Amino acid sequence: MRILVVGGGCGGTILANNLARRLAGEIRSRKVRLTMLSASDKHMYQPGLLYVAFGQMMPDELYRDQQSLLEPSIEFHVDPVEAFHLDQNRVTTKSGRSHEYDVLVIATGSRIVPEEVPGLVEGSETFYSEAAAVKMFKRLREFEGGKVAIVVGVPHKCPIAPVEVTFSLHDYFKTRGIRDKVHIKYHYPIGRIHTIENVAKWAKPEFDRIGVEYETLFNVREVDVENQVVKSEEGTETEYDLLISIPPHRGMPVIERDQLGDGGWIPTDRYKLTMEGHDNVYVLGDTTNLPVSKTGSAAHFEAEVVAENISSIIKIGTPVRDYDGKVYCFIEAGHDRATYAMFNYENPPDLKAPNKSMHWFKMSYNKMYWTSVRGLL
Amino acid sequence: MSEFKTIDARNTFCPGPLMELITYMKQAEVGDMLELLSTDSGTASDVPEWIDKVGHEMISSEKIDDVWHLKVRKLK
Repeated sequence: MRILVVGGGCGGTILANNLARRLAGEIRSRKVRLTMLSASDKHMYQPGLLYVAFGQMMPDELYRDQQSLLEPSIEFHVDPVEAFHLDQNRVTTKSGRSHEYDVLVIATGSRIVPEEVPGLVEGSETFYSEAAAVKMFKRLREFEGGKVAIVVGVPHKCPIAPVEVTFSLHDYFKTRGIRDKVHIKYHYPIGRIHTIENVAKWAKPEFDRIGVEYETLFNVREVDVENQVVKSEEGTETEYDLLISIPPHRGMPVIERDQLGDGGWIPTDRYKLTMEGHDNVYVLGDTTNLPVSKTGSAAHFEAEVVAENISSIIKIGTPVRDYDGKVYCFIEAGHDRATYAMFNYENPPDLKAPNKSMHWFKMSYNKMYWTSVRGLL
Repeated sequence: MSEFKTIDARNTFCPGPLMELITYMKQAEVGDMLELLSTDSGTASDVPEWIDKVGHEMISSEKIDDVWHLKVRKLK
């Protein structure tokens, strides 16, 4: 049995480590071979980018060597997939190699595409890459006051990020003693200030309390960089001195190129996590087209289900459980308080008031992630 | 054969039905028709409000067996 995991991010790594332990005997006796292909020899803790953007973490804290995170029984290659040949149960890679499989897991993740919105690359700061987060922090340090606008592309990874960055901006300028010189305006694509109703109900009075203006039903259409105006699909516009964007995202180019899914999102069974029409192909995390948050948390819980099911299929011939849509997200409510949202397909999140303990739990998790991604937590 | 592309956003809290619809609208071509399935009662008012404001076409909205079926056409 050849299991091939494509993608060494959060979901792929948790899955591979979980499988390696569940199938330790089968791998030792060579009944199972577990291989991972990744585009990078480094693994990034992506949630840390928000902290880099506010000077609270250094970029080098975000990385570990991918090989060091993997169980030794996993065969690891830095060799990204260039083409999926699902009808032949094989992939070909950048180096020209062909890898055949019996079970394939696609966990290639997503990428930002700010270039799809005219002016967004030149006109806005963001924190969705290391370079961008560092650049954003330098820009914040130089900022002495004026109009700050936050805009949100669709779809985007980490749905909590828009409110988190807004609270962080408030706290950052307050700490610098210039909050009274900064006007913060938050823009959001749908008709309330967050897609999760309970988050919106909590964040709205918080925004009112800290003096953040908001405009809903604002889907960013273009940025007039010269005149420093951001315009919406809905026909409104906002002037800014500093524009912060949550860029729109797409799946990886290879997914679109091979026509596995529109926008790079692969049609996936929401319970089995198999690719539609392909029972031996599983899809994890951002790569799915599921109506589930694109977060490491979703990828984590999905990976546990898929690992358990692949393992049970090998051992007893049948999967043992479904993915229930579980997601757990920390929500930073500034620089010293946090709360969380936990939900699944059936149960909405019941938001608790932010507190310092949850913030410190999140700060701890920023370190504990490396245990989590090894599949130990 | 249905001419509508179906978006199954039943039983989802994040990113939610309207955010799903916006995602698929961005991928669609002008003239394409989409059908959004949602179990969130707020969708019945949220979607027409956005469709009206952004300038697409609301074709129909009906509730069948506790599921909202909202049909829209991309106009721009």
